[in-house]
Amino acid sequence: MDIDKLTEIAKTIRRDIIKMTTEVNSGHPGGSLSAADIIAVLYFKVMRHDPKNPAWPDRDRFILSKGHAAPALYSALARSGYFAEEQLLTLRKFGSPLQGHPEMGRLPGVEASTGSLGQGLSIASGIALAGKIDNKDYHTYVMIGDGESEEGQIWEAAMSSAYYKLDNLTAFVDYNSLQLDGWIKDIMELEPIVDKWKGFGWHVIEIDGHNIHQIIKATDEAKATQGRPTVIIARTVKGKGVSFMENNVEFHGMAATREQMVVALRELGE
Amino acid sequence: MSCKRVYGMATRDAYGKVLVELGRENPAIVVLDADLSKSTKSVFFAKEFKERFFNMGIAEANMVSTAAGLASCGKIPFASSFASFLMCKSFDQLRMSVANPHLNVKLIGSHGGISIGEDGASQMAIEDVALACSLPGFVVIVPADELSTRALVRLAARHIGPVYIRTGRPKAPVIYQQDTGFEIGKANIVREGIDVTVIANGLMVQEAVEAACVCSERGIDVRVIDMHTVKPIDVDVIVQSAQTTGAIVTAEEHLLSGGLGSAVAQVVSEHCPVPMGFVGLHDTYAESGTPDELFNKYGLTADHIVRKIEGVLKKK
Repeated sequence: MDIDKLTEIAKTIRRDIIKMTTEVNSGHPGGSLSAADIIAVLYFKVMRHDPKNPAWPDRDRFILSKGHAAPALYSALARSGYFAEEQLLTLRKFGSPLQGHPEMGRLPGVEASTGSLGQGLSIASGIALAGKIDNKDYHTYVMIGDGESEEGQIWEAAMSSAYYKLDNLTAFVDYNSLQLDGWIKDIMELEPIVDKWKGFGWHVIEIDGHNIHQIIKATDEAKATQGRPTVIIARTVKGKGVSFMENNVEFHGMAATREQMVVALRELGE
Repeated sequence: MSCKRVYGMATRDAYGKVLVELGRENPAIVVLDADLSKSTKSVFFAKEFKERFFNMGIAEANMVSTAAGLASCGKIPFASSFASFLMCKSFDQLRMSVANPHLNVKLIGSHGGISIGEDGASQMAIEDVALACSLPGFVVIVPADELSTRALVRLAARHIGPVYIRTGRPKAPVIYQQDTGFEIGKANIVREGIDVTVIANGLMVQEAVEAACVCSERGIDVRVIDMHTVKPIDVDVIVQSAQTTGAIVTAEEHLLSGGLGSAVAQVVSEHCPVPMGFVGLHDTYAESGTPDELFNKYGLTADHIVRKIEGVLKKK
């Protein structure tokens, strides 16, 4: 799939994020929008998966450790055929399998129950370990948040994944620089983040997380890396694609109003 | 089972041994530990199955979520550490990585209770059963001796879904001479009696048996039940015992909040109200000492059970 098409899919995912969160008047649009390009590239270009057979043992896996970006994941799953697109507008509503944060077993394609931050990298590491034990060639992808990286368990998993040489594991850090209470650097500085991951024994790649070409290239490099896991530090913009949401921490956990939605969708090409 | 205690193997040793047998029988079994394999006895498995053993270092939270990932790929992970660290340090990981998606992970907490002795309160799990019982879908097992541990660990491996098993550090008195049949969720009556029922698990089963022997000399006929599965609890045996004996005493090496006594009381109060007494830790941490000294000070001996029995009989 070419870059133009992937760009269009990422835009579709962004429009879905806005529509879903405004429909239910809750959710986390900011961190979903920052993750949209990476998730689009994974589901529509990089990953080997079969929406008609979500339990396929040889599938590549994606764990959304920053579970609050669920709208981005749900959109990618629906748009690739795991469930009907009409279901997207049931997000967070009573009786819907589209829970506020992803829950394994409720919705096809969801590989872990996340939302309590810090656990997804360990789960992905266990999946990658199972692949090594069974000599399977699937690849495991996980996305963690920059704020989420303040959790100690992330660094426990960073240590063990490198120790067990899990080169079938690739982590993305969605580095949008904002967390609920404000700028990361004002709350708990993560820098020097590249040195930290290198120090833990990972292969580190830095990219612009909204550049489709760079995302593809980085995943190619990650898959070609042997003997250690790869982390892709993706510089992103919280709220990317909607002018009044970009770098606006208010939209970490607040949906657009109906009026704002009209503006947002126009900016996103609808 | 006898009035005079005969020490057998510690339940943690029984776990370590049966785990090796299970490893030979089922290649899906993988084992994780957090730098305590020599104490939890998962080291036996580690020696025979290097490629299926993962020492995760002193990082229990990561161990539990990693086990969840392994289980999601069809492995049957057994993750071991001290019960205190496994349950308390990894509780949220048990909650969201394991219990929420109901994954097939087996958690084995060794060094349960205060009978670990000299190491003191930081190493003693006195709340692990309550924590495990609070996780939806979890099976919670506290075996009493070697034979029951072997049987129940085997059943846990066959059960699909999360299981927590508490094992102990010291040599455990022999309760079962032969395998008379074990089932998850079905208690074993180790001594028949008609005046009062003592429901115990773990090391407290032998204390209960000895209490029954003392009572017998005083003309009180005590039924003793090994409630090895705290969850799902055997409702039928509790109701039947309440109806037949008219009084119940529980005994556990655990805080009185949220463990065996609470679970039994819930059944009794709903289905068959009878006078009850509770033997266990009263809202306190323990301390360093020998297991005997600690059982005496914190009220976990046969004598304490006898006193509780006499108390509930007066209310009958």
